[in-house]
Amino acid sequence: MNATPWNLRESHSFDRNVIAEIKRAANTGLYRIRGFGAKRQLPTFDDLVFLGASISRYALEGYRERCDTAVTLGTRYAKKPIELKIPITISGMSFGSLSANAKEALGRGASEVGTSTTTGDGGMTPEERGHSKTLVYQYLPSRYGMNPDDLRKADAIEVVVGQGAKPGGGGMLLGQKITERVAQMRCLPVGIDQRSACRHPDWTGPDDLAIKILELREITNWEKPIYVKCGAARPYYDTMLAVKAGADVVVVDGMQGGTAATPDVFIEHVGIPTLAAVREAVTALKHIDMHRKVQLIVSGGIRTGADAAKAIAMGADAVSIGTAALVAIGDQDPAYEEEYSKLGTSAGYWEDYQDGTDPAGITTQDPDLYKRLDPEIAGHKLANYLRVLTLELQTLARANGKSHVHNLEPEDLNALTIEAAAMAGVPIAGTKWIPGHTKV
Amino acid sequence: MCGIVGLYLKGTRLRPELGRLFTPMLVEMTDRGPDSAGFAIYHEPAERGFIKITAFHPDPAFEWEALCDHIRVEFNATVRDTHNGSHAVITSDAEPAGTVALIEGFESRLQIMSSGELIEIYKETGLPQDVADQFGLSGMQGSHVVGHTRMATESAVTTAGSHPFSTGLDLCLVHNGSLSNHNGIREHLRTHKGMHFKTENDTEVAAAYISDRLSDGRSLHGALEDCLEDLDGFYTFVAGTKDGFAVLRDPIACKPAVLAETDDYVAFASEYRAFVDLPNIAHAKVWEPEPETVYSWGEQA
Amino acid sequence: MDIQNITVLDLEEMSLREANVALQADNGSGRSRPLRVLNPKGAHALACGLDAPLDIEIEGHTGYFCAGMNKQARVTINGNAGQGVAENMMSGEIWVKGDASQSAGATANGGLLVIEGNASARCGISLKGGDIVVKGNVGHMSCFMAQAGRVVVLGDAGNALGDSLYETRIYVRGKVAGLGADCIEKEMRDEHRDELRELLDRAGCNGVDVSEFTRYGSARQLYNFKIENVSAY
Repeated sequence: MNATPWNLRESHSFDRNVIAEIKRAANTGLYRIRGFGAKRQLPTFDDLVFLGASISRYALEGYRERCDTAVTLGTRYAKKPIELKIPITISGMSFGSLSANAKEALGRGASEVGTSTTTGDGGMTPEERGHSKTLVYQYLPSRYGMNPDDLRKADAIEVVVGQGAKPGGGGMLLGQKITERVAQMRCLPVGIDQRSACRHPDWTGPDDLAIKILELREITNWEKPIYVKCGAARPYYDTMLAVKAGADVVVVDGMQGGTAATPDVFIEHVGIPTLAAVREAVTALKHIDMHRKVQLIVSGGIRTGADAAKAIAMGADAVSIGTAALVAIGDQDPAYEEEYSKLGTSAGYWEDYQDGTDPAGITTQDPDLYKRLDPEIAGHKLANYLRVLTLELQTLARANGKSHVHNLEPEDLNALTIEAAAMAGVPIAGTKWIPGHTKV
Repeated sequence: MCGIVGLYLKGTRLRPELGRLFTPMLVEMTDRGPDSAGFAIYHEPAERGFIKITAFHPDPAFEWEALCDHIRVEFNATVRDTHNGSHAVITSDAEPAGTVALIEGFESRLQIMSSGELIEIYKETGLPQDVADQFGLSGMQGSHVVGHTRMATESAVTTAGSHPFSTGLDLCLVHNGSLSNHNGIREHLRTHKGMHFKTENDTEVAAAYISDRLSDGRSLHGALEDCLEDLDGFYTFVAGTKDGFAVLRDPIACKPAVLAETDDYVAFASEYRAFVDLPNIAHAKVWEPEPETVYSWGEQA
Repeated sequence: MDIQNITVLDLEEMSLREANVALQADNGSGRSRPLRVLNPKGAHALACGLDAPLDIEIEGHTGYFCAGMNKQARVTINGNAGQGVAENMMSGEIWVKGDASQSAGATANGGLLVIEGNASARCGISLKGGDIVVKGNVGHMSCFMAQAGRVVVLGDAGNALGDSLYETRIYVRGKVAGLGADCIEKEMRDEHRDELRELLDRAGCNGVDVSEFTRYGSARQLYNFKIENVSAY
C-alpha cells in the first residue's frame, strides 16, 4: 500500500481552488465576478423522492387519463389574469446580459408551448414583446428602460425586490457588454461598468410597496397581475409581507438562482436553498389562508420535470427556469469546445457570462458571436425542452394518482437525507420522522 | 411595516376632543398596518403618590379584583381599578417596581402595558378601527397621544408584539422600519442588564435600549441620540413622554415622517393623509423632520 | 359621469380610481384641456399614468407618486407633494407649489419638474434624462446614481450630493453640505451658463443670476472598477 507523502496531501479547507482564488485576489485586487448560479453542493430536490402508487393508491393511465397542467396566475386583483398551458415559465433575464437573438429565442420557445417569458434589468425589447405571447415586465430598482407604454404592453408586472443569486444586491453589467444599443436603452455612457442600486429609489419596506403597487395598478387600469419577486432570505416573512402589500403572485428565487454577473462571494454565501425556501413560502401562504389565492412561483436551480413536480408538490403553483432555459437554447455547447478551451474553460464549465465573450452567442453583445444563435432553431429547442419537462411532470403526477399537477402534495414525498427532510418538511423515507418538526 | 400617528395639544381647549381628533388619524393608517394597533394616551393624572399601571389579560373572565386584593395585602396599599376591554388601569400608591413585579408574577398571561402618572397604553390585534372601538378611543380626552398601526415584519402578530412599547414611567416608543442588529443588543441587555423580553420584536429591543440609557441618567434627548450610535437599520421613532413627544429618523431616512403644526397642536404621521380632518389643517405648517435629528415638544424631553 | 367633458374632479365625491379613470380618459388622443382636482387630501398615485397634453390643477396636498410616469401633461400641485412626485416622468411639466417629499422626480426620463419650496432626500435619484428645478433646498443623497438630465437647486443641498453620479449635470446656488462619491465641482463654461439660463427661465426664475451657481458633475473615476478606488465603495 502506497501512502501519500506528507507534502502531497491536500488540505480539505485550503484546497487547490481556495489557494488559487487567494492568489488571484492577491494579484488583481478584484473580487471575482461571474455568471451562473451557485456551484457548490447543496441540498436540492434530488434529495426528495415521490412515493408513487401501488395497492393503497392508484396511478392514472398515461395519455388516456387526463393530467392537466394549466395554471392561472394573478386571480387576486387583476382584471386579466394570466393563463398558462404549463406551470413552467421563463424567468427574468435582461437584454444586455443576453443578446437580442437569445431573448427572441426564449420568446419563441415559450410561446410555442403556451407559457411566459420575463424581461430583465434593461427593459423590454421589441423583439421580445413581438415573439413572446405572454410577457412579464420586470420593475427593478434600476428602472432601466422603464416607461408607461411598455408597462401597458406587458401581460404582467414583476416588482423585483431581489433575486436568489444575490438577495440584497443590485444588478451589474460590465462595460464590455454596454454596447450602443444597451447603453441607449439604459441611458448610460457606452462601455462603463453598470452598477444598479440594491433598493428601489422611491419606496422601501412593505408598507410603501403597497402604495407603489397601487400606483402600478392605477397606471395600468388594474388589468395586469402584479408579481413580487424576492431572493430567498426570509421567505416566510417575505411572502407574508408581499401578500400584505397587495401582490397577486409571489416569486421566490432560491440561492441556486442564476445570474449574469454577480460577485462569487454573494452567489455562494447568501440566500437559502430553493428546497428550504419553498416550504417557508407555502407555510406563510397557508397561515394567512392565501395558498392558491395568491399564486407562488418558485425558481432557483429548476432542471428537470422532477424538480418542477416536487416544487409543485410542496405547494408552488408554478416554477420558473433561467439557467436551464439558456442551456436548452445552446449555452455550454460542446460544438464550440475549441473556443471554450481558448478562454481557459470547457463546455459545461463556462461561467464567465459577465465578460460577453460567450462562444454560444447567448450572454454576449458581440455581433460576431450572437449571430451564431439562430432564434428560430434555438426557440424550437426551448419548446422541446419545455415539452419534456411537462411530460416528466405529468408522468410523476399520474404515478401518484393526480389528474391535475396541482393536486400533488407534500405527503406524496419522502426525503433521503436529514437536511432535505428538515428543509422540505417531509419525513425521511421509511420513517415518520421530520427533523425539527416531530419526534422519531 | 407600519404607520405612526401622534397628536400633541398645545393648550387645554381641545383636550376633551383628543380621542375624537385622533381616531381618524389612526384609522387612516390601516393600509400601512392592518395586523394590530395601539396607542399611548396621556390623561387623568393619578393623585400624588399614586401610579397608574395599565395591564392586559386575554381572558374576559379574568378576576382583576383578586389581583387588586393581592396588591392591597402585599403592600398595604390603596388600590382602585377601571376596566376597558381586555385592559385594566390599576391605580395604587404601592411602590411601582414592586407592584409591576407582583402583577407580572401573579398570572402568566397578564402583561403590563404601561406605568406612570398619566400614561395608559392600549393595544390589541385586529384592524385599527376595531381596536379604537374596543377601547372607546374616540371618547377619550387628554393632553397628547401616540399611536401605531402594525404590519408585522419578522415577528408574530400578537398583542405583546404590538406597539407602543413602554420604556419607563410615562414613556413609550413606536417605530416604523426594520432594525438589523437588534438581536445582539437584546442579548447584551438580557445578559448584562437583567432586562426581560416578551417578544422577538425589534422595537421591543429599541424600547429597552432607550430605557436602559435613561436609567443610566441620560435624558430622553440624549438616549435618542445614542440610538444613532448603537442601533443599525431603518427607523422612524416617536417616543411619548409625560408632557410631550420626541421624533427621530435614522441617517438614511427612507421611512416616511411628516409633521403638522398650528397654534393648537403638533401632529405627527407617516403619511400626510392622516392629518386631513384636523382643525385648521389647511393653514398648518407642514414639514418633514430631517434625518439624524431629535425633535421634541413638551418640557421633559 | 360624462368623462370626456368633465372639468372638475372632487375626491370628496368620487374615488381615486374614478378620478384617475377620468384623468386618463384622454390618453393617446393628443387632446389638450384644463381640469381641476379638488380635495386630494394626501391621496396616493393621483394623476399617474397620464398621456395627453392636459392642464391639471390639483388643489391641495398629494400623497405618494403624484403624476407618476407622466407623459405630455402639465400638472400643478397647489400644495405639498408626497414621496416620489413625478417619478419616472417621460415628458410634460409638473409644478409643486409647496414642498416635495423624498425621491422627487426619481428616475425621470424627460420633462420638467419644478418645486417652488424644498425637496427632501433623494431628489432626482437615478435621473435618466429629465430636468428638475428646486427653488428651495434639496435633502441628502440627492442625484444619487443620476445618469442624465439636469438638476438646478437655488437653495442648499444636503449631504452626499450626486453620490455615484453618471452624466447628470447639477447646478447649486447655495451651500452643499457634502459631495458624494465621484461627484466633484466642475468648471462653468458658456454652454453651461446657457443651459442653466434656459432652465431657470422655464422655471420662472428670470431674475436669477447664473453666475451665482456652481456646477457639479461626475469625476468618472468609478466608471470602470479600479482597485485604487475601493474606499469609495
